[in-house]
Amino acid sequence: MPCVAEIVVVGAGPAGINAAERLCAHGHRVMLLDEGRQAGGQGYRRPSSGLDLDMAALMGTEAGKYEALHARFAGLLPQIDYRPQTLVWAVEDRTLHVVQAGVASTLRFDALVLATGAMDKIAPFPGWTLPGVFTLGGAQVALKDQGCLIGRRVAFLGSSPLLVLAATQYRKLGGEVVAIADTTPFARKLAALPALARSPRTLWRGLSYLGGAMLAGVPVLHGVTPVKVVGDGHVEALILRDRRGRERCFPCDAIALGYGLKPETQLAELAGATLRFDEAFRLWLPQCDADGRAAPGLYLAGDGAAIGGADAAEASGGLAAMALLADLGEPVDERVRLVLRRRLARLRSFQKGLAQAFAWPVAQIRALPDEVMLCRCEEVRIGEIRQAMAQQLGPVEINRVKAMTRCGMGRCQGRVCGPALQEIVAGAAGIAGEQAGRLRAQAPVKPIALSVAGEAL
Amino acid sequence: MSRHTADVVIVGGGLIGVWTAFFLARRKQRVVLIEKGVVGAQSSGTNFGNLRLQGRFPGQYPLSLRSQALWEEIATLIGEDCEFAQTGHLYLAYDDEERAKLEGYAQVSESHGLAIERLGSSELRKRWPWLSERAVAATFSARDATANPRLVTPAVARAARALGVTISENACVSDVARSGDGFSVKTAGGAQWSCGALVNAAGAWAVAIAERFGETAPIVPAGPPQFVTEPFPYLIEPSIQAIDGSVIFRQIPRGNIILAGYPRTAADPVNHRAPVPPAKTLAAMRALARVAPILAQCHVIRVWSGIEGYLPDMIPVIGPSLTMPGLFHAFGFCGHGFQIGPGVGLCLSEMIVDGGTATPLEPFSIGRFRESVAVSEKFRKEFDGA
Repeated sequence: MPCVAEIVVVGAGPAGINAAERLCAHGHRVMLLDEGRQAGGQGYRRPSSGLDLDMAALMGTEAGKYEALHARFAGLLPQIDYRPQTLVWAVEDRTLHVVQAGVASTLRFDALVLATGAMDKIAPFPGWTLPGVFTLGGAQVALKDQGCLIGRRVAFLGSSPLLVLAATQYRKLGGEVVAIADTTPFARKLAALPALARSPRTLWRGLSYLGGAMLAGVPVLHGVTPVKVVGDGHVEALILRDRRGRERCFPCDAIALGYGLKPETQLAELAGATLRFDEAFRLWLPQCDADGRAAPGLYLAGDGAAIGGADAAEASGGLAAMALLADLGEPVDERVRLVLRRRLARLRSFQKGLAQAFAWPVAQIRALPDEVMLCRCEEVRIGEIRQAMAQQLGPVEINRVKAMTRCGMGRCQGRVCGPALQEIVAGAAGIAGEQAGRLRAQAPVKPIALSVAGEAL
Repeated sequence: MSRHTADVVIVGGGLIGVWTAFFLARRKQRVVLIEKGVVGAQSSGTNFGNLRLQGRFPGQYPLSLRSQALWEEIATLIGEDCEFAQTGHLYLAYDDEERAKLEGYAQVSESHGLAIERLGSSELRKRWPWLSERAVAATFSARDATANPRLVTPAVARAARALGVTISENACVSDVARSGDGFSVKTAGGAQWSCGALVNAAGAWAVAIAERFGETAPIVPAGPPQFVTEPFPYLIEPSIQAIDGSVIFRQIPRGNIILAGYPRTAADPVNHRAPVPPAKTLAAMRALARVAPILAQCHVIRVWSGIEGYLPDMIPVIGPSLTMPGLFHAFGFCGHGFQIGPGVGLCLSEMIVDGGTATPLEPFSIGRFRESVAVSEKFRKEFDGA
């Protein structure tokens, strides 16, 4: 029987590649859309062409997986319709609106696998908009894509297992790490150990990075409170309070700031997924079943569905493809499916443990002073939010707060400031994070130039 | 159930409702405003923000000019300027037929005392060198202005509250009935209001109230799609509109360019959804690049819409009910209610307190829908498949 289903996979990281591979193996012609220049996603990003980077050294224990994924993709490439540098900016009915090479067009689909990945979750603090402060993910992209360090003397701040990983990568390339400062108290990490012990290999890897940093004499602090970034036009030092309340100053020329990852859910929302507030991650996450079904014909995989890391992304990509195949009435290997489900469940519950060990600093955010910039795009300070909410007939719902203050209205559409805004609104209104509401996604999910619409008639 | 009395109950916390409440309170009326959601959430808060005087329905000029005088003193009236800026409005023609249409509009405007400047192709290029060659002629009205619609309705509501108006948000009217010489209004939350006069300013939801008293109007709920770009160096002072309706745009001092374009899109008033189809985003982007090629690399970052009531003759219903003394309607503003909002509120307050207003409002009577009303060319042109 000829296959007629139009299947589109969005995102060419480990989840998207695994999904495309499995669909392809069943004889489907798959279109794989990728916003990046080269496949691999963020974690398994390839260096820019012509750049001679020792990726094996950089990827460390994950070098084997990195090479394997790219080798599999190279084998898959002739069998699929791969479209790099393609932005999907809207989903409407069964149509994707895309921009490729500066031209807008549409693509029909019958089934859609979204493997859109994640971005950094950021908590602001005084001075975080000063040049020289990067997101942690941005610091890693600079390294893997361009072979650049964000500075010569770098402080890693936030709460994320990736702080110590990125610091290790920076040290390998000759960067000086002046501090690894984590806002979560050490006791909370110990409390999360039973959950983390379910992935002993990953736990061991994290501990060995940490041990390596400490052996090298890098100051590692837990339970810190970021105070401010100081510098005249550029980062010159990071000031924070340690767990005993002492103010500490770390001279540096760059800061990598990260509080874990945040799924890119805009396309899933536009495609019909339901979102629910997750108390562990304190984020609005798309709802789907264990295999990634989110709505009829809509499948979610990878960190865009739920934060799980690269291994979970590979498993969930395979599962989403199998769910799609099963829904098309095609036979799938139940044994493989069971193995993938177990692996995914284990990796995701490990991530829930990580979310405790590396907690989103709710209390610190709610206590931030009024003058802190919250929305970089529209230059809205926290005090403006509190003031707007305190006035007569003031807004209490997050979209309404956005309408009154412009916070979240700019280029990034609240993708950066959204999680912190959620806490500021909930804090000012004295309500639970969930009750503050959710910044609604709308198309274009990323800015698009007027010129993409084409010539006027 | 809690029982209260008031002189006037207003249903609907859009721009019309809050201005009516404000002017009634200034006349010492005890006013209650009931809003099913929050004030200024639908088209009152999501419209383009244009205070345009050029090209209006001829019978609306007395109301429109009276309203503009109120806008010009908004900071004094309510204590906030809501980004009111009198930067003028430029109407563009792309061909001779459109130029003739512009001339017709200009003569109507001038007959009501508005100063209209006529510009030919070379003058246009001299004053706005970035305008595309396609614009062959234009008219400019310096008295036209803009304000920030997101801010206005809540600000007027605050001013009304300061004058003693009771504003009840998240209160859904469950029943409206005649009671003695006045009305009884119940909300789903269990409040009951007795009042002498009732103002129906419920926008796209207003017909349900009119029908309780044996009147109706063929309202069409729709949303005007709006778009905004990232900030671009400040360049465009006036509000600029192509007379073919393909695009209207303005730049705020922050640099963002706000644009809108027809056709309008049908909305869902039950689920409160006013979608913006991506094809319309692209159409508006094309139309803007056509008139301002300098913006070709400027990015659209956001779109929005809100629910508005439209009527087939593209003019609103304003004035007393013809079936029920004490009931006043003001709804169906067809995408041009923002400019006349304060004027409508002032006129309604005069009708309620003085028994009439000097501003002629006959064309806007709900009575016109007793017979079938001709569908205007404007309605046909501005809606999908209408």
